[in-house]
Amino acid sequence: MTPDLECTGLTKRFGQTTAVENVSFAVPPGSFFSILGPSGCGKTTIMRMIAGFLDPSEGDIRIKGRSVLDVPPNKRPVNMVFQHLALFPMMNIADNIGYGLRRAGLAKSEIDRKTGEALERIGLPGIGSRKVDELSGGQKQRVAIARCMVLEPDVLLLDEPLGALDLKLRERMKVELKALQAAFDTTFVYITHDQSEALVMSDNIAVMNQGRFEQMGTGRDLYYRPDTAFVAGFVGDTNRWRGRVEKEQGKSIQLRTESGMILRGATHGRALHAGDHADIFVRPEAIRIAHSKDELAHFDNLISGHVTSMLFNGAASRVLVCGAEEGDEIEVNLPQSGEFAALKKGAAVHIGWAGDQGNCFAAGAT
Amino acid sequence: MRNEAKLGLALLLTPLLLWLSLLIFIPHVDVFLVSLRERVGVGTYETSLANYLTFFNEPLYLWTFLRTAVMSVLATVITLLIAFPVSYYIAKMVKGRVQSALFLLCLVPFWVSELVRTFGWMILLRETGVFSSLLQFTGLSSGPVEMLYNDGAIMLGLVYTSMLFMVVPLVTTLESLPDEVVEAGYDLGGNGLSVLREIIVPHAMPGIVSGCIVVFMLSLGNYLTPTMLGGKESLWFTELIYSQFIVRFNWELGAAFGFMLLILSSAIVWGMLKLTGQSLEKTMG
Amino acid sequence: MIPSIPQPRVLTAAYAAYVTLFFIFLALPLVVVAVFAFNDSQFPSLPWEGFTWNWFFGSERPMIGVFHERAILKAIGTSVFVAVVVSALSVCVGTTNAFLFNRYRFRGQGALYVLMLLPLVIPGIVLGISILVFSSRVANGVWDGFQIDLEILRPGLWLVVLGQFSFITTIATLVIGARLQKFDRSLEEAALNLGAGRLTAIRTITMPYLAPAMIGAFVVSFLMSFENFNTTLMLVGSDAPLTIAMFDRLKEGSTPLLNAVSLLLMVGSSCLALVMIAFQKRS
Repeated sequence: MTPDLECTGLTKRFGQTTAVENVSFAVPPGSFFSILGPSGCGKTTIMRMIAGFLDPSEGDIRIKGRSVLDVPPNKRPVNMVFQHLALFPMMNIADNIGYGLRRAGLAKSEIDRKTGEALERIGLPGIGSRKVDELSGGQKQRVAIARCMVLEPDVLLLDEPLGALDLKLRERMKVELKALQAAFDTTFVYITHDQSEALVMSDNIAVMNQGRFEQMGTGRDLYYRPDTAFVAGFVGDTNRWRGRVEKEQGKSIQLRTESGMILRGATHGRALHAGDHADIFVRPEAIRIAHSKDELAHFDNLISGHVTSMLFNGAASRVLVCGAEEGDEIEVNLPQSGEFAALKKGAAVHIGWAGDQGNCFAAGAT
Repeated sequence: MRNEAKLGLALLLTPLLLWLSLLIFIPHVDVFLVSLRERVGVGTYETSLANYLTFFNEPLYLWTFLRTAVMSVLATVITLLIAFPVSYYIAKMVKGRVQSALFLLCLVPFWVSELVRTFGWMILLRETGVFSSLLQFTGLSSGPVEMLYNDGAIMLGLVYTSMLFMVVPLVTTLESLPDEVVEAGYDLGGNGLSVLREIIVPHAMPGIVSGCIVVFMLSLGNYLTPTMLGGKESLWFTELIYSQFIVRFNWELGAAFGFMLLILSSAIVWGMLKLTGQSLEKTMG
Repeated sequence: MIPSIPQPRVLTAAYAAYVTLFFIFLALPLVVVAVFAFNDSQFPSLPWEGFTWNWFFGSERPMIGVFHERAILKAIGTSVFVAVVVSALSVCVGTTNAFLFNRYRFRGQGALYVLMLLPLVIPGIVLGISILVFSSRVANGVWDGFQIDLEILRPGLWLVVLGQFSFITTIATLVIGARLQKFDRSLEEAALNLGAGRLTAIRTITMPYLAPAMIGAFVVSFLMSFENFNTTLMLVGSDAPLTIAMFDRLKEGSTPLLNAVSLLLMVGSSCLALVMIAFQKRS
């Protein structure tokens, strides 16, 4: 099947700096694709090139198999939900939604019908005559999407549209956006710096850093099988140590941290040899905490230490555990089953995790 | 505390009320009263509409009045048409240093008095002026060309003199239009013209209105430019007021003229505000 | 169009050319005025007779320069005097007005605010005649009643001051009010909280914050007063401010002396404006 959107070798240079470097990806029809990266990584540049507001220095952009490089932004079959939504404050809601239809030269009755349908679709029937600033943040969000969707674009671009909302609303809009995407059955390309937005909504995610794609895959892939140290550090919370490889045994290695801790981890096919410097990443939820050593006997990483800090945060509560050597603090998820309800700062605990939970990368790359 | 607040309010209100009543309100009422006086003998007056009747019955007065109004409107429209693309360029097409430099360049000519600016145009336009000399020098004309003392020269002077008061409000409002909104207009299929009509102009409306009001007022009440660039036959209404007051010493008729000018300007300003749904506080404040 | 929307090159070039033409249009009259101030001729027009400083420093007929022309120097003095008085008054009243509209809520405030704006939409010449008519009525009334001649209410400097003050105050109010609007009231509350009295808080916190706007309003008022023509024309007495004096000369025929005065005015007001910009940058 032809992908809805396909970029090949996309590169954008501004003078001496390269904002986007040789990026290629394809988005299959009807899927939700996210580009996740820190601010300044070049994701907005990609978005603006797809929309037609920037010309790529190299590479091609194809929509439904046809190159759109020569198509001006107002003729491209893509529409964009802008970062600050860019609803037209001088028009009411119905006129905002009908704007693109008027441009397409539709009859007034047709425009009214489609506008009404769109409002119904986003669950806001009958607000057509209201002004833009009378709407709440979430409502504006939906209107901005409806304004694009009435044009039935091949691809809808969304440029961090949730950034301006407060936390509670953002959580709700994540679910709502996903539902809207399913309802409209349109390809969404979404850019964000917020990993949880990307993980919750996307079918596929590309993690971007310094103008390049670090890794592309499902949220699950990125989270559990990061390809690079950057992805391991950027997606999800993680413990991170740097050390020197002491032994390699097939897929697993043993490594000694700078403070002397011995840790075992997995290379997942990356070449690491004894004597190399390496980074190891272990997620807090991959680590088990126990009162006695015996419970953890089956793990190949085992550390006994004491609690240095309790970080209460409801279901996401954690403890900081310090091993034998001072200075190496390990963040560990605290099970909320009641077993550790009495845990106090200074208490002696044991922690352990399976070696293949530790992702190892050659040191140096971020 | 309440008393203190009341005292403060009274103290702050006093200068405002003194200013508005003694220098604005009462003097204008007084002008109106004077305009209703008819001199029937030495030092004896009667209340009548005689001065207004004179105004409406003398074709020269009425013609001058209408001509001033129409030319002021025309000057306002021309100023807007010239200033809008420039303001848009400054507000949206350039950024940072270039933007502030261009904006500053727009302001510079208006730090010097209108007299100097008009004088500059006289040097350029008159028979012995720069343009005339250039035309003769290049052989485009065989003799001196008088470009001064016609309606075109008046129009040029009016437009030039009020340009700033159009550019500043336009740049300010256009600058507040986010690029994103313009991009959204294109993204949804609009072209240059429809984006201009449906997005840029509606957004700039407060600036357009306040610019137009000020430019119109300045043109209507201008004395210097029509007199100097238009010469003796310029027929500008302010010249009539001046001559009645200062030359003929007929204050009664002059006051009637002044009041007519006030009514005309208020009516057009009010009409402009109503037509565009703006208010004086929003556009001027 | 904005830079991110692709446009034909011809169109962008034409646009830039238009803007360039506009700036030439703006600069042209000023440049000619300045250039002909140095023409060694009796008339500010071509042909160019050579460069001279005489229209500034000359002391012999027929080329008496600005600095030896008593009448012009006196007119400048008059203008400066009027402008200083008008600006000082306008900034004072403008400040009290700004506080009134910013800090108090009272019945009729909206209407009063509109009234305050009105002087901007009254033609200057009408302002002039109304003040002329009213002041003469008062002066005549005083003469009839008490046989006292109130010289101050007859056409002359003080009437010019009143006339200019009547509309420049609105501008001062708007400039100062705009900055007061942006003032964070909690700063004043913090001062009160730290033991200052209400007036002390305003004096030590609010006024320093307002100072740049007050200086800005003073400069703007000064320039507006210095340049004012319409209102002044109706109220002027025997000692004319500069614009009126120059106007009278211009009616008789122009010499490069007027160019020299104009050039000085340009330099002077540019300096003033630069000072103001520097002040606003610093705050």
